[in-house]
Amino acid sequence: MTFSPELEAKFADLITHYPEGRQRAALIPMLMFGQEEVGSITNEFMNEVARRLGLTPMQVDEVVGYYSMLHKKPMGKYHVQVCTNVACMLRGGAELYDHACHKLGLGHKEVSADGLVSLEEVECMGACSWAPAVQVNFDFHHEVTADQLDTILEGLKK
Amino acid sequence: MKLFNEPSPLETRIISFRFGLENSASIDTYLANDGYQALRKALAMTPDDIINEVKASNLRGRGGAGFPTGMKWSFVPRASEKPKYIVVNADESEPGTCKDRLLIQHDPHQLIEGCLLGALAVGAKKGWVYIRGEYNYLIHIMDKAIAEAYKHGYLGKNIGGTDFSFDLYTHTGAGAYECGEESALLESLEGKRGVPRIRPPFPAVSGAFQSPTLLNNVETFSSVPAILRMGGQAYADLGVPKSGGTRLVCMSGHVNKPGVYEVPLGFPMMKFINEIGGGVWKGRALKAVIPGGSSSPLLKAEECDIPMDYDSIAKAGSMLGSGGLMVMDETTDMVKVALRIMRFYQHESCGWCIPCREGTTWLKKMLQRVSDGHGQTRDIDLIGDLAQNMMGRTFCPLGDAAAMPTIAIVKKYRNEFEEYVARNPFAAPELVSIA
Repeated sequence: MTFSPELEAKFADLITHYPEGRQRAALIPMLMFGQEEVGSITNEFMNEVARRLGLTPMQVDEVVGYYSMLHKKPMGKYHVQVCTNVACMLRGGAELYDHACHKLGLGHKEVSADGLVSLEEVECMGACSWAPAVQVNFDFHHEVTADQLDTILEGLKK
Repeated sequence: MKLFNEPSPLETRIISFRFGLENSASIDTYLANDGYQALRKALAMTPDDIINEVKASNLRGRGGAGFPTGMKWSFVPRASEKPKYIVVNADESEPGTCKDRLLIQHDPHQLIEGCLLGALAVGAKKGWVYIRGEYNYLIHIMDKAIAEAYKHGYLGKNIGGTDFSFDLYTHTGAGAYECGEESALLESLEGKRGVPRIRPPFPAVSGAFQSPTLLNNVETFSSVPAILRMGGQAYADLGVPKSGGTRLVCMSGHVNKPGVYEVPLGFPMMKFINEIGGGVWKGRALKAVIPGGSSSPLLKAEECDIPMDYDSIAKAGSMLGSGGLMVMDETTDMVKVALRIMRFYQHESCGWCIPCREGTTWLKKMLQRVSDGHGQTRDIDLIGDLAQNMMGRTFCPLGDAAAMPTIAIVKKYRNEFEEYVARNPFAAPELVSIA
């Protein structure tokens, strides 16, 4: 499996960050940064990471299964995450998530047929004082109203 | 970077005073505003002097547990032949908490300097900033700041012309609340599932890679440069006895001006809500406050007339926790709040130990049943009993974190649960003894 030169450089650098013989520590960063390029945590990708870190594919798989941001199936090009945890709920987060479901015709962790958008109801993402919060991929949107969410969603282009 | 909320004139800005300055995250701005002055001072001090200064400051851990920081620093066995490590907990994920994010976004060098001071105190040569996966943009900010610090000789070999060397790296999480718990964070740092370790040994003795590790929250490390600059006693005097200094409190929920504000420990809670937060929104009355993140038991409005310091809030039956203060107005449905909190903990339970994995699952089911209108009176008691039975019986504090708010809500707002049950047309009659 081949990666872009930038990602290869990143992987090579990551491995130097940890004590000698403890290179397994690079696993989660490699999966996170790799996922951005590969699109999801495929079997091929897991096997490659396992080979490089001297792990068995199973050891990688059990880690992947634990973390909610590592996706085995591809999410949309734009992954829309709406927080409904307490602080957001108090300011309309649950209604905003419902609005997003209807607008997109998607449910929790569903992807649109063209692969452009996916939706996820997420737990607290650290924007409590500026609630309700939405993240599109890694971009935060604060104090989002239903109208603003419509604008954000309509702006998601191929 | 632009501020997310306007500062308040009532704040005491000790660790947030650079927020809002132009290019506040750059090393130039940092150096022009007292930056790396504490390091200069510390390089001439002995490790014991540094630790004593931190002890004198009465700084207590800002991540949630509130453990005295100086004491934690003194637990690291400096004489050990193993390498010592610094780990910064930037896995901020306690619902209601959004302060560490700002400390890294606006002032990453303050955190780097805090790490350097910790490294000098315990003899560490390497450290990691464990940043939650959702804060991807902070990894870029932190990496940039670290690169600047290397360039200016504040990281790397022979810092300040001395024989002190220190390397610092960022490390990304991948979405798991449990990794905010220190031993689970260390597992995750080592490339494993984030499940807690049995303790003792504590991380100070056997932490990252089985070596002595100084592990603190972002805000805790970020507070240390100010302590060494102004002196531990002066910092302690800002707060109240046993709770020194200032801290960032994240106000959210039903207030007019939610935001993150820095106030001295012991700042009156009602003054914080009414004067800094502009009072409860829409002219409504206050119903309850969650004072320190969703795991802290909520306080009814009449219990909120207290100072915000560790001991006062503990006396009121709750905890200052991570500083996530959530305000609820009179229209808030407490059954829905209890359910939403439990849905979170059920989702985030790592599954390692049974009282937490099963307890949160059953509590969620029962709360869902009550909320859906199918609850029975005995469910209310069972929710309270089950939560009580989780307390202190789990590997890590996640079980307690799920149980504490539930016990408090059911106890303080039992009438609301009863109203839900009363609306259930199929509610069973009270059991009568036939003996």
